[in-house]
Amino acid sequence: MTDLTRLTAAELAAKIHAREVTSAEVTRAHLDRIAEADGRVHAFLHVDTEGALAAAREVDAGLEAGHAPASPLAGVPLALKDVLTTEGIPTTCGSKTLENWLPPYDSTVTRRLREAGIVILGKTNMDEFAMGSSTENSAYGPTRNPWDHERIPGGSGGGSSASLAAFEAPLAIGTDTGGSIRQPGAVTGTVGVKPTYGGVSRYGLVAFSSSLDQAGPCARTVTDAALLHEVIGGHDPLDSTSIDAPVPPVVAAAREGARGDLSGVRVGVVQEFAGEGYQPGVLRSFQAAVEQLRELGAEVVEVSCPNFAYALPAYYLIAPSECSSNLARFDAMRYGLRVADDGEHGAEEVMSLSREAGFGAEVKRRIMLGTYALSSGYYDAYYGSAQKVRTLITRDFTAAFERVDVLVSPTTPTTAFKIGERVDDPLAMYLADLCTIPANLAGNPAMSVPSGLSDEDGLPVGLQIMAPTLADDRLYRVGAAYEVARDAAAGGSLVHQVPELEAAK
Amino acid sequence: MTAVAELMDYAEVIERFDPVLGLEVHVELSTNTKMFCGCANVFGGEPNTHVCPTCLGLPGALPVMNGKAVESAIRIGLALNCEIAQWCRFARKNYFYPDMPKNFQTSQYDEPIAFDGYLDVPLDDGEVVRVEIERAHMEEDTGKSLHVGGATGRIHGAEHSLLDYNRAGVPLIEIVTKPITGAGERAPEIARAYVTALRDLLRAMDVSDVRMDQGSLRCDANVSLMPKGTSEFGTRTETKNVNSLRSVERAVRYEMARHGAVLAGGGTIRQETRHFQESDGTTAPGRTKETAEDYRYFPEPDLVPVAPSREWVEELRGTLPEPPWERRKRIQEEWGLTGEELRDLVNTGAADLVAATVDAGAEPGDARSWWVQFLTQQANAREVELADLPITPAQVARVIELVKSGELTNKLAREVVQGVLAGEGEPDEVVETRGLKVVSDDTALLTAVDEALAAQPDVAEKIRGGKVQAAGAIVGAVMKATKGQADAKRVRELILERVGA
Repeated sequence: MTDLTRLTAAELAAKIHAREVTSAEVTRAHLDRIAEADGRVHAFLHVDTEGALAAAREVDAGLEAGHAPASPLAGVPLALKDVLTTEGIPTTCGSKTLENWLPPYDSTVTRRLREAGIVILGKTNMDEFAMGSSTENSAYGPTRNPWDHERIPGGSGGGSSASLAAFEAPLAIGTDTGGSIRQPGAVTGTVGVKPTYGGVSRYGLVAFSSSLDQAGPCARTVTDAALLHEVIGGHDPLDSTSIDAPVPPVVAAAREGARGDLSGVRVGVVQEFAGEGYQPGVLRSFQAAVEQLRELGAEVVEVSCPNFAYALPAYYLIAPSECSSNLARFDAMRYGLRVADDGEHGAEEVMSLSREAGFGAEVKRRIMLGTYALSSGYYDAYYGSAQKVRTLITRDFTAAFERVDVLVSPTTPTTAFKIGERVDDPLAMYLADLCTIPANLAGNPAMSVPSGLSDEDGLPVGLQIMAPTLADDRLYRVGAAYEVARDAAAGGSLVHQVPELEAAK
Repeated sequence: MTAVAELMDYAEVIERFDPVLGLEVHVELSTNTKMFCGCANVFGGEPNTHVCPTCLGLPGALPVMNGKAVESAIRIGLALNCEIAQWCRFARKNYFYPDMPKNFQTSQYDEPIAFDGYLDVPLDDGEVVRVEIERAHMEEDTGKSLHVGGATGRIHGAEHSLLDYNRAGVPLIEIVTKPITGAGERAPEIARAYVTALRDLLRAMDVSDVRMDQGSLRCDANVSLMPKGTSEFGTRTETKNVNSLRSVERAVRYEMARHGAVLAGGGTIRQETRHFQESDGTTAPGRTKETAEDYRYFPEPDLVPVAPSREWVEELRGTLPEPPWERRKRIQEEWGLTGEELRDLVNTGAADLVAATVDAGAEPGDARSWWVQFLTQQANAREVELADLPITPAQVARVIELVKSGELTNKLAREVVQGVLAGEGEPDEVVETRGLKVVSDDTALLTAVDEALAAQPDVAEKIRGGKVQAAGAIVGAVMKATKGQADAKRVRELILERVGA
């Protein structure tokens, strides 16, 4: 029997729906793999063995009874980032504050996954409240990159990306506020997509920065990501910022792209995302990818987006400002960690001491930054200016998309760095999101697709593709065309080159 | 705790100072659901039963705007002669307090839905004062805290606190006046008259219960004094916990007298929040803060802007009812009331109810007499406002109709009204279930009359001899026998007919 964990989601779905294997067998295979691998990788914070098997058996029973599958992915297992609420299943956001919190409700993404018959294996590790680029800020310990266990799997969604690269799950959900889907995808050799802001409901996504957060699909192939995108996307009346428009035809676009013809597609290379601070191997991989796109028929031009240079500082005002308010609710009054409730301390002291004990250093740093930036007398200089930069970045995108259909850049300036390497240098850590942040600020969609291994360290590199708002389908067309061409040239999918557990350093 | 404040004689305050008022009124809208979620918007209920992830501020939950609340906000803005914003947003007002689930209040800030309006306020003597409105904005209410233990009922010194989030997320409109200057000695009266006029207007619009006793209408009174002849506003205090119309007037008057004494003594007024104390009509300082509160307002990213189309705004303008004071002017003319009669009606809170009863088909005289006499007694006995009695003008009009048609006597009619007030249903149902129909069958009555006459032959003889007033005794006996359900006038006629007088 083939190793079920090595198959794509589309292949697994085909086998399950054809009754060649059961969803329960597929689920069991992944649970076994988690049991085998996760002691080293630590992608999961919670594995819902019973719930997953029950969901799988329900899918099998439906198929057995002759019902059509609930979705093209019915029966396929998935790893869910621990920032999306799951009724009755712990949701910690990687924080001590929410240790043992059992949400009384499902997020809309969770509900849509369940309705689609997708089997939720468990909840994946993340930087606390999605603040970080390495998953080292999790209160429950770091996740290790399956390519090299001494290195980070990216962040904040390192658990989701690592679960894919370790073959613990064929699908995962991430959330991307400044790059938390794409950068982990890049450093683990997997695919990650941040949809158009408002394309996937945020209801039940525990907010870090409301105007930037966006949930999206993570997978090992572009087509799998597209299939998942169509399950979770679409209007939700419970989220006021959800877009009331049909989900862009991303699956059809991926299929079209897979035919390998990009003639007539104009690709813009963002000039600003190169040079100092970029690892040479990353830039060489990027150049090769651009060349491959040209060979597929795309017309490649250089595009300047001068205001992208201000994206990082603007982000580090807007995101902390919103998070300082969003995280105010963790006050120990109704749920979550509560300390010093000994009859000696008043409510304000309990709040203060619980927050002191419950939040990690990076979360506190950002709450302080945001509180300061919103303070009376500083608002205009900080939050106000950052919002102006946001407008300028949106204008850069608008101008660029008048000339080209998609923009490309490296996803992140370097390959996976070593665990511990940047923990004491927040600014170095923040640079990991240099290329991904503009799409969050402007709200347009972006994807990271593997572009091979960096020649100097043999670690995965990601190609970032960015499209205009609501043109998510373009990402999939270009991404799928590139993926097929790269895999053909390299003789197989990049992620299959990941070392076996015991061989990994 | 605190020393009794020195007060200046009110006449002296007026002689030496000009008062400046600013009134902030919070109105809870009577929408079916809360401002940002689908929970029921009802007063009371078992604690924490009208709650959901959104109004509890649970992680991940998001707000969705209540369209009906926006509609009410626009209608209120229009009724207050305001401009309606073309485009406006909500903001977050950040501060920590246990009864606020998210530790920020979702409220409009620098972009109110309605602004720059006015309200013409009639005073007791008929004079009309125009109060300028600065803004009316939307926000959500907080939960309620009950502090247990400690002397003050406030959080400081309490042993523990209980929290009820049923009220959290209830839609509120905050209506803020521009500074009211030039009021002079009538400042306290103007404050009360403004809140009264606003309450009557909102009640006529059917957008709120406007019950000050239940907190669905709350008034914060800002008061400052400036020495006569100067134009720079003095430091103000903001008095909260003002829970009745009368308290509005008392609180303003008290603060004016207190400010006067402090300023005349060479002191300065501290800008602070004070709490009105119903028991003795004084105000007490709230907790003084060492630092000014910084609410770190910023636009609410979880909501989209509100951009009401001009067509919709005009459509809503068409739904505004006749303003209460205009209706009063009209009924005064139509019913030929003197100014004093109208004022009595208004002061007892009966004017609008009488008008509505007339609109429902009753004669003005009957309608007035029911509301001003019997129903006012009932309201007083229950210690509620007349308008809060559980009877509608339409029901009163039906009772009047039943009396007119002879189906009820006045005495029976009062019983019917008692039944309605007791929650026994519509007037006709009460008549039915309590068996209160007038006995108008002469055969049954004649039997009763004959029996009564036979029982008192001496009285019958007296009547026959021409002493018609003696019939009263027989009438009484018949009424007793019929348990009061007979028409006394008809009984009398039958008695005289029977004795052949």
